[in-house]
Amino acid sequence: MTSVAVAGHVEHHEPMGFWRKYIFSTDHKIIGIQFLFVSLFFLLVGGVLAMQIRWQLGFPGKPMPGAGLLPESMAVGGVLLPEYYIQLVTMHGTFMVFFAIMPLLVGVYANFLIPLKIGTHDMAFPRINMASFWLAFLAGAIMFAGFFVPDGASRAGWTMYAPLSARPDLSGVSMGQILWCISIVVLGLSSVLGSLNYIATVINHRAPGMTWFRIPLSTWALFITAILGVLALPVLQGAAILLLFDQTIGTHFFDPLAGGQPLLWQHLFWFFGHPEVYILILPAMGFVSDIIANGSRKPIFGYHSMVFAIIGIAFLGWIVWGHHMFMSGMNPTLGSSFMVSTLLISVPSAIKVFNWMGTMWRGNIKFHVPMLNATAFVAMFVIGGLSGVFMAATPVDIFIHDTYYIVAHLHYVLFGGSLFALFAAFTYWYPKMFGRMMSERWGKIHFWLTFVTYNMVFLPMHNLGMAGHMRRIYDPTQYNFLKPLQPLNEFITISAFALFAVQFIFAANFIISLWKGKKAEQNPWQDNGLEWTLPNPAPHGNWTKVPTVYRGPYEFSSPDSPGTDFLPQHVKLPTDREPAAATAPAPGH
Amino acid sequence: MTHAHATTADMMRAPYPAEPGAGIYSNKLGMWVFLASDVMFFTALIGTYIILRFGAGTPWPQPGAVLNVPLTAFNTFVLICSSVSMVKAFASIADGNQKGLRFWLLMTMLGGAAFVGVQVFEYIKLSGHGLLPSGFTDGSTLAEHAAGDPVKYGLASAGLYGSTFYSMTGFHGFHVTCGVVCMTWVYFKALRGGYTQQDYRGVEVIGLYWHFVDLVWIILFTIAYLI
Repeated sequence: MTSVAVAGHVEHHEPMGFWRKYIFSTDHKIIGIQFLFVSLFFLLVGGVLAMQIRWQLGFPGKPMPGAGLLPESMAVGGVLLPEYYIQLVTMHGTFMVFFAIMPLLVGVYANFLIPLKIGTHDMAFPRINMASFWLAFLAGAIMFAGFFVPDGASRAGWTMYAPLSARPDLSGVSMGQILWCISIVVLGLSSVLGSLNYIATVINHRAPGMTWFRIPLSTWALFITAILGVLALPVLQGAAILLLFDQTIGTHFFDPLAGGQPLLWQHLFWFFGHPEVYILILPAMGFVSDIIANGSRKPIFGYHSMVFAIIGIAFLGWIVWGHHMFMSGMNPTLGSSFMVSTLLISVPSAIKVFNWMGTMWRGNIKFHVPMLNATAFVAMFVIGGLSGVFMAATPVDIFIHDTYYIVAHLHYVLFGGSLFALFAAFTYWYPKMFGRMMSERWGKIHFWLTFVTYNMVFLPMHNLGMAGHMRRIYDPTQYNFLKPLQPLNEFITISAFALFAVQFIFAANFIISLWKGKKAEQNPWQDNGLEWTLPNPAPHGNWTKVPTVYRGPYEFSSPDSPGTDFLPQHVKLPTDREPAAATAPAPGH
Repeated sequence: MTHAHATTADMMRAPYPAEPGAGIYSNKLGMWVFLASDVMFFTALIGTYIILRFGAGTPWPQPGAVLNVPLTAFNTFVLICSSVSMVKAFASIADGNQKGLRFWLLMTMLGGAAFVGVQVFEYIKLSGHGLLPSGFTDGSTLAEHAAGDPVKYGLASAGLYGSTFYSMTGFHGFHVTCGVVCMTWVYFKALRGGYTQQDYRGVEVIGLYWHFVDLVWIILFTIAYLI
C-alpha cells in the first residue's frame, strides 16, 4: 500500500473571501493565529480572576474596587462571597491550564511552526486541523458560560476532586459542574485531533534532507508533546465523562456512600495530569532552545542529548503521577517508588539546563527581547525545578502538601517557565505571523518590569507555604498562626496588581505593532530555520517548491560561512551532498 | 500489496522526494495514532471497572445472573461477521472488484447496525427488568430476585455494576454507531466509484477502525459478560 498515490497535489491556492481566509481557514498559519487571539483572551480572563483572588487574600473582608459590577450571588457590598471565591480559584486554574498556557504553547505554535520548520505546505490533515480549533473554541465558550448559569461555575478546584465534584448536594453547584465536564470532553477531542495531525505531519511531511536529527528542537519538543497529548487527554476525557454520569444519570463511580472510590478520580486525573505538566513545559523548552542558540550565535550545546532529554522527560512523566497523592493514604513502599521516579526526572531536566548554559558560555550574546525572556525562562525554571525536587521527596511533601509552597512551585514553572518562554516566542515569531516587528524598547521595558514584579509575587509564596498557609482558604486572618503573615499577603497582592498592570504594556505593544510596527526584514533574527526562507507573513501553502535541507538548524558562527555568523539550513555549500533519493509515501491529501 | 504503481504524484515530486516517513500514507498513520488514543480512552473505562469491581469488597453479580449472555454471544458473532465482510470489501477493491466492494461494505454496515440494534433492545430489556446505571430499581424484577439471592445477584455491588456496565458497553456502542455513520459515507463514495485499485485508502482506514472496535468488543464481552 505504500506506493498507492493519488494525482499529485499541486500547491495553488486561489484567493479566498474573508470568511474562508480568516475564519474557517484550513491554513495552518491562520489557525495558529486564531488560537493565539482566543488563548490570549482566556489568559486575560484567568488574570482577572487571579486579581480577585489576590484582593481577597490581601484584604479579606474589605470591599474590592469594581466589585459593584458583580451580581449579589458573587459579592455583597463589594466583599467577595466564599462561594464565589472558590469558583475564582477553580476557574483560574482551569482557564490558565486548559485554555491559556496549553493552547498558547501547542495550539498556536505547533500549528504555526511545525510545517514552517520542517518544510511542508500545510498539516497532513488541514480540515481536521480546522475542526480542532473550532472544538477548542467551543470548549472555551462552554467553560466560560459556567459563570452565567444558576449557582455559577464549578467550586471543586481545578483538579475536581471527588466526591465534592461528583455530588451537587455537597458542592452546591450542578449546572456549572456539568458544563466543566462537557467542556473538558470537547477540549480533549480537540487536543487529540490536533495532536494526531502534528504527529502525522512531522513523521510523513518533512522536506528533503530534513532528517530526524536535523529537526529543530522546538519541533522535536512539539512532536513529543503531541504524543503525550494523544495518549493523556483521552484518560481525562474518560474520567470527565464518568464524573458527568455521576452528576447526571446517577452512577456511583466516585461516590463512597454507594461503594464508589473517590481516590479513583485522583488516579485518573493525575495519570492524565502529570503528562499534562510536561505538555505545558516541553514546548517552552523547545522554543527556548531555538532562541538561546540564536541569541548566543552558537550551535546549541549537546543537540542529541537535548533530544533524548525531551524523550526521557516525556517517558518518565508517565510513571510519576502518584507524587500528587502522597497524602492520600498511599502505601509507603509505593510512595517511595513514585518518589524515586520523580527525582529521576531532574536528571534530564538538569541536562537541558546545563546545555542551555553551555550554549551561552562564551557566546557572542545578543540580548534581544526573545533572548532576554528565554534567559529568564532558564533562571526561573531552575527555581521552579528545584522546589519541585523538594516536594518530590515524600517527607517534605507531607509537610508542604496543599500549602502556598505548591502554589509558588507551580507558578514558577508555569509563569516563570512557560509564560516567559511564550513572551520570547511571541516576540520571536511575531514578524513571521504579521510581517512587522514588535517594539524592541517596549519589549525590554515589559520584560524587566515583569521579571521584577513576577518574583515579588511568587517568591514570598514559598515563605507563606513553609509557614503553613493553606492553598485554597478564603480568609487567612481567621487563623491565629497566619495573622503575622498578613503583611506578606498584602505585599504579594500589591505586587500582583503591578504585575497585572505591566502586562498591558505587552498588550499595547502587541496590538499597536500590528499596524505601526517596523516592517520586518525577511530574516530579522538572522536565523537558520526554514521558516525564514519565506516572505513575512508567509503565503497560504508556504513554498511553491519546498527547500532542500543540508544541515541542522544551529550552524551559527560556522567557519564554513565566512562573512556571516549564520548558515541557513537550505543553503547548499559546494561540499554538501544532495539527500539520497527516498521512497516516500505520497505527499499528503 | 503490489508496489508497482508509479503514479503521476511520484513523477511530480521533483527534484527530490521528501524525507522517508513512516512508510505508510498519512491517513493511515493518522488513524493508527487515533486508535492509540482510543486505547487510552477505553483503558480509563476498563481500569475504572477493574478498580471498582475488585476494590468493592462485596460480591459482584455472577455471570448470566443479570445479563442475557446467549443474546449477546449472538451479537458478538454478528460483529465478528461484520469484520469478515470488512476484510472481503478490502480484498475486493484491492482486486479492482467494484461490485464486491459495494456488496461487502453494505454487509458490514448492516452487521454494525444490527449490532447496535440488538444492544438497544438489550438495554430496553435490562432497564425493564430493573438494571439502571444507578443500580437495581426498587420493586423491579431484578430487585426482587436479588433480595432472594443477594450473593448471586451481587446486591451490594449493584450500583457499581450498573455504572460500569452501561458506561463500558455504551461507549463501545457509540463507537460502533460512529463507525456505521462513517461507513455509510464510504459506501456512498464507493457507489460513485470513488475508490480504485490504485487508491482505496478510505476503505483501508475505515477498516482499521472497524477491526479495532471489534477487538475492543471481544475484550468487553469477556470482562463484562463472561467473568
